Amino acid sequence: MTSSSLPSVSWPSAPSSTSDAGFDAGRATARRGFVLLALGVLAVAAVAALAILDTPVEARQGPAQKIFYMHVPAAWTAFVAYVLTGITGAMFLWLGDRRLDLFSEASAEVGVAFNAIVLTTGPIWAKPIWGTWWQWDARLTSTLFLFFLFVGYLSLRAALHDPLEKARYSAVVGILGMLLVPFIHLTVKLFRTIHPQPVVANPDGPTLPPEMLQTLLLGVGAYTLLYLGFVTVRYGVGRMREAREAGHGR
Amino acid sequence: MGEVLRLALAIAAKDLRGELRTKTSLVSALAFAALVLVIFNFARDPTVLTAQLLAPSALWITCTFAAMTTLNRAFALEREHGAMDGLLLAPVPREALFLGKWLGNLGFVALVEAVAVPLFVLFFNVDLGPVLGGIVLLLALATAGFTAVGTIFAAMAVRTRFAELMLPLLLLPFMVPPLVGAAQVTSRLLAGRPLTESADWLRLLTVYDIVFVTIGLLAFGALLDE
Repeated sequence: MTSSSLPSVSWPSAPSSTSDAGFDAGRATARRGFVLLALGVLAVAAVAALAILDTPVEARQGPAQKIFYMHVPAAWTAFVAYVLTGITGAMFLWLGDRRLDLFSEASAEVGVAFNAIVLTTGPIWAKPIWGTWWQWDARLTSTLFLFFLFVGYLSLRAALHDPLEKARYSAVVGILGMLLVPFIHLTVKLFRTIHPQPVVANPDGPTLPPEMLQTLLLGVGAYTLLYLGFVTVRYGVGRMREAREAGHGR
Repeated sequence: MGEVLRLALAIAAKDLRGELRTKTSLVSALAFAALVLVIFNFARDPTVLTAQLLAPSALWITCTFAAMTTLNRAFALEREHGAMDGLLLAPVPREALFLGKWLGNLGFVALVEAVAVPLFVLFFNVDLGPVLGGIVLLLALATAGFTAVGTIFAAMAVRTRFAELMLPLLLLPFMVPPLVGAAQVTSRLLAGRPLTESADWLRLLTVYDIVFVTIGLLAFGALLDE
C-alpha cells in the first residue's frame, strides 16, 4: 500500500509539505468555525428567551405555538443546507475542486441534524394542535423523505473508500435528490394536505403579527449562524482529515 | 443519436440474452414476485379487508420490490467477471452505456411484470380485462422512471461493501412518486372510473420519466470515468 514498496513511483508534489499545509488550513478554518458556533449558540438561546418572555402568545394555539420559532428556522436552515449540498456537488462535477466536495459533505451532515430537529419539534407541536403526532401531509412527507434521502447520501459516502468516487457519486445523489423533492411534494399534494399555509412567504404578504415575525426572523438569523458555525467546523475537520489521509495513505 | 441508440440496443440485447440463457436471476425474480403476492394475500385480516381492496397496493409493491431486487444484478455481473472494464474501454459514448443498461433493466423488469400481472389476477380475483390497456400504460410509465433512477444507483451501489442494502436505501425515496401514482390510478381504474380522470397522475409520471432519464444520460459519465 505505501509508496516505499514501489520506489519508482514519484508523486508530483512532496506529500508531507502539501498535506501539512492542508492540515493547518483546515485547523484554522475549524477554529474560526468554533467562534461562529459559539455566537450561534448564544443567538439561539437569546431567541428562545425572546420567544418565551417577550413575544405575544398566539390566541388560538396558546404556548404550544412557541415551538414555531425553533421549528421554522430549523426547517429553513435544513433546506438551505441541502440546496447548498446539491449546488456544491454539481459544481464539483463541473470544476473538480475537492474542497467543494468537502463542503457538500459538511453541509449534508449539518442539514440532517437540523432536519432531525424539524422532525422532532413538528410532532411535539402537532399532538396538541392537530390531535395527532403525524399526518401524511405534503410538507411533512417531503421533509421526511429529504431526511431519508440525505441519510442515504451519508451512508453511501461511508460505504465508499475512494475519495474521488465518494465525491462524484454523492454529487450525483445530491442532484437527483434536489430533483426528487418537487415530485414528492406534488405526489402528496395530489393525495391531500393539512399543514398550515405559509405565514411569511405568502403571495398576499406576511400574515403574521409584526412582533411574531420579528422573533421568527431573528430565529432564522440565529439558526443560520449556528449552521455556518457547524458547517465551518465540519469543513475544517474534513480538510484536516483529508490532509492526514493524503500524508499516510500512499 | 441514431448511433447512440444502436449501441444502447446492442448493450441491452447483450444483457437480456445473457439473462435468458442462464435464466437463474429471471426465475428467482419471478419466484420472488409470486411469493410477495402470496404473502400479501395472507398479511391481512380477511374479515376486514377484502383481497380486492388490497389489490392495487399488492400489485405495485410486488412490481417495485421485485424490480429493486434485480437492479443490482446488471452491474454485479459485469463487475464479477471484470467485464465492466471491457465495456468502459469499448468506444461507446457514456450516454449509450446508460441507455443500454437502462433498456436492459427495463426489459428484464417488464418480463417479470408480464408474469406477475397474470398471477395477480389469479390470486386477487380482479377483472383486468376492460382496463388492461390502462394498466399496461401505467406499468410502462412507472417502470420506465424507477428503473432509470435504479440504473444510476445500481452503478454506484455495486462499488460499495453492502450493495444489497445500499440500493434500496437510495432508491426507495425515489420509488414514492411512481408507486403512489400507479397505485392510485390502478385503484381508480379497478373501480371502473375512466383513465382521463387520472390525467394529473399520468402527467406526473411522464414528467418523472423525462427528468430522470435525462439526468441519467447527463450524469452517468461521472459515475464511470476513471
